[in-house]
Order: sequence, then C-alpha cells, then structure tokens
Amino acid sequence: MTHQQNTAQPQPSSIDDINDYKYGFHVEENYVYKSEKSKMGLTKKIVEDISAFKNEPSWMLEKRLEALDIFYEKPMPNWGDSKNLNEIDFTNIHYFVRPTERVGTSWDEIPTEIKDTFERLGIPEAERKFLAGVSAQFESEVVYHSMHKQLEEKGVLFFDMDTGLRLYPDIIKKYFGSVIPSADNKFSALNTAVWSGGSFIYVPKNVQVEIPLQAYFRINTENMGQFERTLIIADEGSSVHYIEGCTAPVYRSDSLHSAVVELIAMKGAKIRYTTIQNWSKNIFNLVTKRAYAYEDALVEWVDGNIGSKLTMKYPAVYLMGERARGEILSVAFAGNGMHQDAGAKIVHAAPNTSSVVTSKSISKDGGVTTYRGLVKIPKGMTGCKSKVQCDALLMDDKSQSITLPTMEIEEQIGNEIGHEASVSKVSDEQIYYLKCRGFSERQATLMVVNGFIEAFVKELPMEYAVELNRLIEMEFEGVG
Amino acid sequence: MLSLNNLHAMIEKKEILKGLSLEINEGEIHILMGPNGIGKSTLGHLIMGASHVHLTQGEIKLNETNLSGLSTAERARLGLYLAFQSPVAVPGLRISEYLRNLYNMHHNKQLSVSEFRKVLKEKLELLQIDRQALQRYLNDGFSGGEMKRFEMLQLMLLEPKFAVLDEIDSGVDMDAQKIVAQCITYMSKTSKTAFLIVTHYQRLLNFLDAHKVHVMLDGRIAKSGGLELVTSLEKEGYHWVKDHNTEVTL
Repeated sequence: MTHQQNTAQPQPSSIDDINDYKYGFHVEENYVYKSEKSKMGLTKKIVEDISAFKNEPSWMLEKRLEALDIFYEKPMPNWGDSKNLNEIDFTNIHYFVRPTERVGTSWDEIPTEIKDTFERLGIPEAERKFLAGVSAQFESEVVYHSMHKQLEEKGVLFFDMDTGLRLYPDIIKKYFGSVIPSADNKFSALNTAVWSGGSFIYVPKNVQVEIPLQAYFRINTENMGQFERTLIIADEGSSVHYIEGCTAPVYRSDSLHSAVVELIAMKGAKIRYTTIQNWSKNIFNLVTKRAYAYEDALVEWVDGNIGSKLTMKYPAVYLMGERARGEILSVAFAGNGMHQDAGAKIVHAAPNTSSVVTSKSISKDGGVTTYRGLVKIPKGMTGCKSKVQCDALLMDDKSQSITLPTMEIEEQIGNEIGHEASVSKVSDEQIYYLKCRGFSERQATLMVVNGFIEAFVKELPMEYAVELNRLIEMEFEGVG
Repeated sequence: MLSLNNLHAMIEKKEILKGLSLEINEGEIHILMGPNGIGKSTLGHLIMGASHVHLTQGEIKLNETNLSGLSTAERARLGLYLAFQSPVAVPGLRISEYLRNLYNMHHNKQLSVSEFRKVLKEKLELLQIDRQALQRYLNDGFSGGEMKRFEMLQLMLLEPKFAVLDEIDSGVDMDAQKIVAQCITYMSKTSKTAFLIVTHYQRLLNFLDAHKVHVMLDGRIAKSGGLELVTSLEKEGYHWVKDHNTEVTL
C-alpha cells in the first residue's frame, strides 16, 4: 500500500493510549444518499431504494429481496461469541451511505493522534486523507491509470462491484452468489440484500497478473464500505494476487462490517487473496469468505486481523477438482476488549487434493483469540493431504486463547491428516536471554512476537510486512 | 576491572552465595570450577542482574561502577556478557538480522546488510560457522556445538569488557572446544576482554592460557591457584580442596 519508509522513531507513550482506541473520530456527514435509520431495522424500502439508486437490473433487486427474507428468517448464529453478537443493534445502522466527492470534513478537524498514527505508519498524505474520510478519493490517478491500461491490454477486468455489474452483468449474474448463496448464513443474507462496493475481477485464460491488484488503487472508491461484495474469477491457467485493506486503522461510525468474498479458481488457476485489516474497537467484523478451487488450481488466503470488537471470519476453500490445493495462513491479534474468532475451513470435495492451514494468534491485555476450523474429507475422497497448525501466543495471564478444530474425516484410504496446536506464553527465559544481550524489555518482547508471526509476515509484500511490523511495535508501546 | 566483593545471594529462600569475593583484571582468563549445584551458574546470573537471584550483601563493581540498581540490559550495554549454558531459542528471529541489530546497538552504528557482512566475515571464519546458518532462527533446532559457537560469535561482535562463559565446553566435541578456546584467547588479547569460565573439564584449559583457577565450595571461593590446581582436582576430586582448606565444610 504505502511505498515509503518511515524513518521517524515512534515516540513512547503509555499503554493506556494504545488501549483507548485512538482512531475513533467522527466525520461530519454530508451524503447524497443515506438510508434512514429506522426502528424497524432493515426494511424492504431501504433495499429497493439502494437498488433503484444504483439503477440495477431487476434480477439483482430480486436477489436482494430474496436475501432480505432469508435475513429476516435466519436466526443469529448460536455458536461463537453469541453474547457479543446479540448486542448488534440492527436498527442503529445506515445500510447504505454514498459519499459525495467532497465529504466536507477538513483535515484540521482530524484528531492529532490519528494524524500521528498515519505519520508513524508512513502513509502518504493523499492516502491519509482518504483513510480519515476527509477525501472520498484517493489521489493516485496516475498509478491507477497506467496499471489499468496494462490490465486492459491483457483483458483483465478490475472494477468496483457496482461498475462491474453495470458493464458486465452477464458474468456477474452467472457467478454472483454461486460460491456463497444468500442462505449460507444470516450475514451472507444481509450482505446480499444491501451490498455495495467491493471488487470485481475477471482474469482471462492463461493470463498471469504480475503485480498484486489492490482495491486501494481504485479512485472514487466504495471498496471500503460496510457491506462490500467481492467476486474474483480466475479463468483456466491464469493467476492473480489481490490485496484487500491496509494496516492503517479503519474507522466506521456504523458498527457493523459484513462482507462477502467469493473466489473461483478454474482449472489450473491460482488466486492469492491477502487481507490485512485493522478495525477500530467498536466494530463487529463478520465476514464470509469462500473459494472454489477446481482441478489443479491453487487458492491461498493470507488473512491478518487486528482490532475490532468481535471478528468472525473463517476463510474457506472447497477443493472441487483433483489435485486442487488450498492454503490458509492467518494471524489474529486481540488486545483489550477484543475477540478474534477466526479460523479456516477446508472441504476436500475431490480426491487427491491437499490443504495447509497455519493459524497464529496473539492475545494481550485480556484479549481473546479463538481458532475455529474445519477440515472435511467426505466418503470416497481418497489420497487427500491436510496439515493444520495452530499456534497461540499469550502475552499475559489475563488473555485467552481457545482452539476448536473440527475434523470430519469420512474417508481414510490414502489420506494423510495432521493437526498440531500449541499455546505458549512469551517465556521469561527468552526475554532474559535477549536482555542479557542489551535489548530492553520492549525490544525483547517485540523480537519474540515478530518471530512468532514471521511465517505470516514473510508471505506479505514488502511494504505490508514493514507496516505490519510497525503496527505490532505500536501495539507494544509502553511495554518495559 | 571486575570486583566481586563479599557476595551473598539468595534464590527464593535459599542462600546460594555466602561471601564470595573475586578480582579479575582486564584481559585475564579465570577458571571457575566446583561440584554441580554449588552456585557457579548463579554467580553468572547475579552478575547480569537476573531477577530471580537476590543480592543480599556485598557489591559488584565494573571498574569503578557499582552495578547494583542497574538492569540486565544496562549491564549488557556497559560491557558485561553471559554465554548461556543452554541458550534459549527464539523461533522466527532470523540470526542475520538479530546479529546486525545487536552489533549496531552496541557500537552505535547503522551498518547496512552488506557492510555488516564484512564485519562478520573474519569472525565466521575463526568460529568455522557457515554463512548459510545465518538464515536460520536464533538457537532454533541447533546442536549443542552450534549454539556454543553462536554464543561466541555474539561475544565477538559485542567485544565485552567482561564475560562469563557458563560451561561453554559442555556438549561440544574436541574440535569445537579448540575453536572456542582460540576465540577466547583472541578476544582476551585484541579486545582485552576479561573472562570467567565455568567448566568441569581440564581439556579446555589445555588450549588456553589461564591466569587463575578458582574452586567454589559452599558459596565461596575455597581455593585459588594456577593450573596445578586442576590436575589435583582431576586426580582427587573436590574433597581434596576440603581436606586442604579447613574453613570450608562440604
């Protein structure tokens, strides 16, 4: 995302500053359209308005309304952190907000600590304004246009979902909801009813997209909406890496973020989907992500979650063709008042498929991380390999880690299944050893923590890795 | 240089050191021997200011600086070093980066990867460490010999004023012992590092030019002398010291 190195040393501050969410600020509202909050919660009228506002084809409106009924009918999940979930107030949400080109907040009104955070993360000026909600557009037109031209020449489609639907309704009609149907869960239904923004990508046969595609590069974007909807189709033999989010803190006045991401990797295709999200502490982040990987295809989810009040996210890969591979690599960081309920789901729906799940979680200051995973090998799916590794790191006695792996293995022939889990505390011995070499408590702690997530960080593009390390550093200010 | 003056120290409620005194000068190599569990390792941790060892009486001085009240990291930055008997692994911490950070911090420099490569070259050769090994994680999955050589490599990079080597020769083959001994000699001559070497074996001493040998019994230095002390100990065991030193009770 950012391509600058920040040489400024972070100034030490107290641990309380870190815990009191410093990204919580409000932007003055000035929107062309904003759905009313209503005592009824989400109404049919709101859904119709959204669709009408966007001039959608009628089939999309029908899909939305059908999903709305499902949303009404489906009960709240009764597993996971249901106590927290039931706190969601569906009447207190703007289901659709379209920012105008001028949002109407001046940079001067943004609190100093937010600006400091951007400064420390080394975020360029234009991006800062975008992230702070000052500017609705991120001024990278030059970058965007040159990239867009290259992609166009190869026949790659890369648009926000609204534009995609306008320009390529047939492709979207065919695949939208084909991986994650509305009825999958209450929140996929909600997303389908009110979705807005997100990305649409189609990569033609045998086209390799060399540079990662980042939602970031789109101007006048709605990609960071609350109910974004993303669909990526990699046709046979093609490859693409998509990067979502950034390490910069993202603030929303509305407390619910519920996205749906569908990936389709055709025969021999490769999709890597990298997410790093850093939500403010008032946010419920409930995301459904699923991929279909056909014969010889590879799908990789690289998923980093920091912040939020409650995150529930279990990226899934359905291995639909022989020799398809799925890899899910995730890091979750939960500080005070946060619960990261994250994991992975792999379904070996064809023989001779393989999967690797690596989950790393860090809990600090009373934060809770849960790994919730499923590996399923149905009857008849022989020759499958699966390896699951869950490592949890606890920074103190107040914090908590829960591991809930589920293995549904109905076929034994030729299958190799491995599951390993570890929970460790940052050991006094490690810290003491590093202190004996002259490192401070904080430096030593960071070395151990960064070591713990190294397997994840090394998979990130350089600039993201640098930012993530810096973010972790900030989380550990005040230690020692 | 380093003065240990009438040290009394406890771990939990047990008194481990009971009036230990020792004086080690610049560039000198001192050997500390004694039965298992007598508190030799404790002495090293006490010097480094480990939180689990409590100094109840006496003082530790580096040149004229009293170390009491200084944190472990501060002592390390003053020039004290402890080579661990069992170094601790830090998975995911890449050695090449770790060493460069270590070097830059102690020497107040900002060497780049390629500049640091030059600093390392001669040291890696002396210790016979393959450069490939720097891509591994700190002490993670290392053999005993590898760990000890990396302890010595860190020492060479830090150029401490004083170093405690806690059983640097244990679990190490003869070739590695020779390498470690060469490294000790080199550092004592070029950097004037003073050494206190905790060992159970005479063999390492054959490769070293030690100034003094001390035998620790009952929380004190029971006897000090030259290398002949080691010969007597190897022949007759620690009872020999007891028999020749009426003040000490075993």
